[in-house]
Amino acid sequence: MHISEGILSGPVLLSGAALAAAGTAIGLKKLDYDRIARTGILSAAFFVASLIHVPVGPTSVHLILNGIVGILLGWCAFPAILIALLLQGLFFQFGGITTLGVNTLIMALPAVICYYLFAPFISGKKTVAVAAAFACGFLCVLFSALIMAAALIFSEENFLEISAIVIVSHLPIMMIEGVITAFCILFLKKVQPALLSQSGQYKNGY
Amino acid sequence: MIEEPFATGNSAVHNIDPRFRVIAAVVYSFAVALCYGFVPLITAFAVSAVSLLMCRVSLKKVLKQLALVNGFILLFWIVLPLTYPGGATYPLGPVTIHQAGIAFAAKITLKSNAILMALIAFIATMTLATLGHTLGRLKVPEKLVFLLMITYRYVFVIAQEYQKIIKSIKIRGFRPKTTLHTYKTFAYVVGMLLIRASERADRVYNAMRCRGFKGTYYSLTDFQADAGSWIFLIIVFGATTAVVALEIFLRF
Repeated sequence: MHISEGILSGPVLLSGAALAAAGTAIGLKKLDYDRIARTGILSAAFFVASLIHVPVGPTSVHLILNGIVGILLGWCAFPAILIALLLQGLFFQFGGITTLGVNTLIMALPAVICYYLFAPFISGKKTVAVAAAFACGFLCVLFSALIMAAALIFSEENFLEISAIVIVSHLPIMMIEGVITAFCILFLKKVQPALLSQSGQYKNGY
Repeated sequence: MIEEPFATGNSAVHNIDPRFRVIAAVVYSFAVALCYGFVPLITAFAVSAVSLLMCRVSLKKVLKQLALVNGFILLFWIVLPLTYPGGATYPLGPVTIHQAGIAFAAKITLKSNAILMALIAFIATMTLATLGHTLGRLKVPEKLVFLLMITYRYVFVIAQEYQKIIKSIKIRGFRPKTTLHTYKTFAYVVGMLLIRASERADRVYNAMRCRGFKGTYYSLTDFQADAGSWIFLIIVFGATTAVVALEIFLRF
């Protein structure tokens, strides 16, 4: 989920880069050296998971998973997603240098928002956790699509129709992300609940 | 699954000091991103194309990658001619095609490909390990560089884990379809991947602690700015200045 090079205007690119830099700075500040190896390896896992294509009718979409990134990493989602995008840029040329900031913001800001909204419910009862996880996956993609649309409209007012297409075309992806996030969180709760409770340790300054 | 197709080679560009290439790519990309005229954009496209040719990388791979990346741009070619007002209009059945929309879509295409070709030519021609050390030398925060290095180090390992999991579900007869079962299965694949990644992270961290890790990846690479690197930087800055000058004086 990213905007290609050459589309956004200078002010949007620069403000996106500035906000992404601020978010990354906060993320790095919260990330102490004991956690870097873990964050890096999880970032690698998310990078690989984003290569998974799931079928939707006749076509397929790739997973985004920024909801789960947010739940597991909190503010560290900013540096983790920045690195993942850098890797995508170099391995597949999906996005270059100038859009790195905006694209980081598009994916990481919703992750952090969803972390604050839903992480407290994930460790709760099973039904609550599943509902929260679904909402987390769903809303995270929705917020991303909204930021993406805003970036397009602020660049060029005639991008209104394109922004509308962007949001509408992400509706099925929101559903899929919601379902996958819900099942994934349920799976993690059953198989390795420690992974989820560790996200809580960020709050206590771990 | 994941590879760095352009990272190794023995061309003039591959031999330039990576620090110079990163600086050149950043300055050049932002300058091109701010241009809106046809003349500067065509010039930038040509500059990027020539830089790419000088890298002597497989053009077939480059074209394949660029074709994939231009998918999002295609949307603009479909929507903008119908919605972007200005210029001459041409009726086409029930809709009208605006000339300004076509021009704008063409500009976006030129700009996007110029920036991406510069990325391939200047930065994709080094491995991520080199990029990490380079960013470290360029005063990018140490933690971020370390995070980049460790992600790069493990992305291939995790990709292997992923392929193992996929093999095992295929052996059990899994076929992806648009069903809840498929989504559930993929969710479990992601979950398993995260668990294996997390367990590996603990082992890696413990191993690093045992070896006295103090929070820095030491770089043994000795970056040397030879005459060629300075010439490269002067040429790229010259081209950037030319593009910007064309944008200011010849905009149409």
